[in-house]
Amino acid sequence: MKIACLSGKGGAGKTLTAVNLAAAAGTAAYIDCDVEEPNGRLFLKPENVQIQTVNSLLPAFDGGKCIGCKKCVQFCRFHALTYIKEKPMVFSEVCHSCGGCLLVCPENAVTEINKPIGIIEMGWHQKIRVVTGILNPGEASGVPIIREALKQDDGLMIIDCPPGSACSVMESVRDADYCILIAEPTVFGFHNFKMVWELVSLMNKKCGVVINKQEVPYEPLEQFCQEKQLPVLARIPYDKEIAEVIAGGKILTEISVKYGELFHSMLKQIGGEV
Amino acid sequence: MKIAIPLDENRQDVCIVLARAPYFLFREDGKDTIADNPAAHANSGAGVQAAQFLVDESADVLITVRCGQNAADVLKESGMRIYKSIHKAALDDMIAWEDGKLDELTEFHSGYHGVR
Repeated sequence: MKIACLSGKGGAGKTLTAVNLAAAAGTAAYIDCDVEEPNGRLFLKPENVQIQTVNSLLPAFDGGKCIGCKKCVQFCRFHALTYIKEKPMVFSEVCHSCGGCLLVCPENAVTEINKPIGIIEMGWHQKIRVVTGILNPGEASGVPIIREALKQDDGLMIIDCPPGSACSVMESVRDADYCILIAEPTVFGFHNFKMVWELVSLMNKKCGVVINKQEVPYEPLEQFCQEKQLPVLARIPYDKEIAEVIAGGKILTEISVKYGELFHSMLKQIGGEV
Repeated sequence: MKIAIPLDENRQDVCIVLARAPYFLFREDGKDTIADNPAAHANSGAGVQAAQFLVDESADVLITVRCGQNAADVLKESGMRIYKSIHKAALDDMIAWEDGKLDELTEFHSGYHGVR
């Protein structure tokens, strides 16, 4: 089973939820798809780490074959190509590796070469397989890394998604069986929550809600969940104990019985307990 | 000799950005024309696209307030010379350049990456 943890904004509690669900399950794979700032590893502290390089494709142009029709330049919607001095030139950090230039070239003057864009770290935290996607700074898209990280298919998978509702999130939840939407009970939190809800609804995903840092219920969020019949899987209080455990780089479930139960119950409700 | 300057919405002042300037003013053989900048609303790669436009228009000289690294790479590769704008009105910059009073732009920023 693949469970994805998402939220519309950063700092809502995706990593807290994902790491603790993996810890509550005991045997699981934790996949960090937040490749621009993967931080689950700070808590899970994986051992026996192995590293794999992830490449993306970059076009290379054969100046001898190029006839200067500029079809590739016109086709590139990311404007990663220019044509100067009778040869196309690519801006690697703008290129999204779609391969379109290769398709439209009438002279077969375009080939694709591998360009390293990041790595995947694979290690263990007890019986939790910890997979971390890490994108090199400055790269346009982490999607190839997410795709590679999610190939580590292995029983119960907890997917820690990037924040927001853009391409990288869609890629992270593509094969998820269940989506946990983590929301903060604030105006801002609710606004962003609705955006991710819209995304996973479009993708026909089964989902539930975790309300994090709750002091008092935020009515619009409560009403929304009721109207859309979204189960609230857990409410995590705004608690100093949690902040201290997290700041210490420790895993809540391994330290607190009370919160351990909260995450066990969450797994049970989703049906992912092993 | 063709000179280009990014223009503001009012079609008179030098636009403080290059890649997403709404228009370009061109002067060639004493004749001025204003053209839409095709990169003004690009989602990404605006610097590259605007630079390509200037290269395709065969501009020899660009006068601008600032210029991103990607655009500068394209423009320099094409042999275009880039000068630093010091006036509000584009025509004042044009005259200053013709009098040899503008310095070449030597600092390029790393780009705004879609931030407007």
